Amino acid sequence: MADNPQSPPARERPLSPFLSVYKWPITMATSITHRATGIAISVGMILVAWALIALASGPEMYQPFTAAIANPIGLIVLFGFLWSLVFHFLNGIRHLAWDLGYGFAVPTANRSGVTVIALSVLLSVGVFAYGWWAVHGGFRA
Amino acid sequence: MSLETPLHRVEGLGSAHSGVGHFWRERVTAAALIPLSAWLVISVLLLMGKTEAEVASFFQHPWNALLMGLFVIVSCVHMMLGLQMVIDDYVHHSGRRIVLLLLNRAFAWVVGGLSLVALLRLAVG
Repeated sequence: MADNPQSPPARERPLSPFLSVYKWPITMATSITHRATGIAISVGMILVAWALIALASGPEMYQPFTAAIANPIGLIVLFGFLWSLVFHFLNGIRHLAWDLGYGFAVPTANRSGVTVIALSVLLSVGVFAYGWWAVHGGFRA
Repeated sequence: MSLETPLHRVEGLGSAHSGVGHFWRERVTAAALIPLSAWLVISVLLLMGKTEAEVASFFQHPWNALLMGLFVIVSCVHMMLGLQMVIDDYVHHSGRRIVLLLLNRAFAWVVGGLSLVALLRLAVG
């Protein structure tokens, strides 16, 4: 005789992974961040174009540009741009390694993901701190 | 025996309706951007705190002008391909998708074009 479909299940079955309660694997987080930082860098390219246009238009156009990136909001935008660029750079190398067939094992992919996140923060903070010091620390003697 | 239709075999296209050119251009530009973006970040870092004239003369140097021009061109191509992939993945309404794809192309050309014109003006003037 067939099992009664109404009978309670032998054990609790897992529910579908609702996104709100689903723990993000590190590889998923880095993948989404790769896209988000790519979009952020695209917006940042406006800043690159502005810098070049300002530079080509002489001091009276260059001054407003440096003033804009030197105020607090400008500095936040600049750091966001820098971190996005560094993350996308490092994670992009990870993607190219995958394309060549390296680093696919789950523990390896998790380790390289953590490495990319940590390195991106360290490098961008380091670069930003050096830049700050060069501007404000009397670096030019 | 192949299950492909003769038309499909003639076209040589998969379900994406285009070849693997997009995939390859994305990877080749990515590889080229490794040295180019590293050069740009280091250069900008070394220019921090310098005067406008010093920064301008840096980008007037032929090698630096060339590298900056390459960075602008390669990154704009990479940007256009990457954003196109995002639009293709998330925008399902075909009318909206076509408009966004055109805007994406326009954005890359305008940003890249303005940057190159500025670089040329800087290098020549």
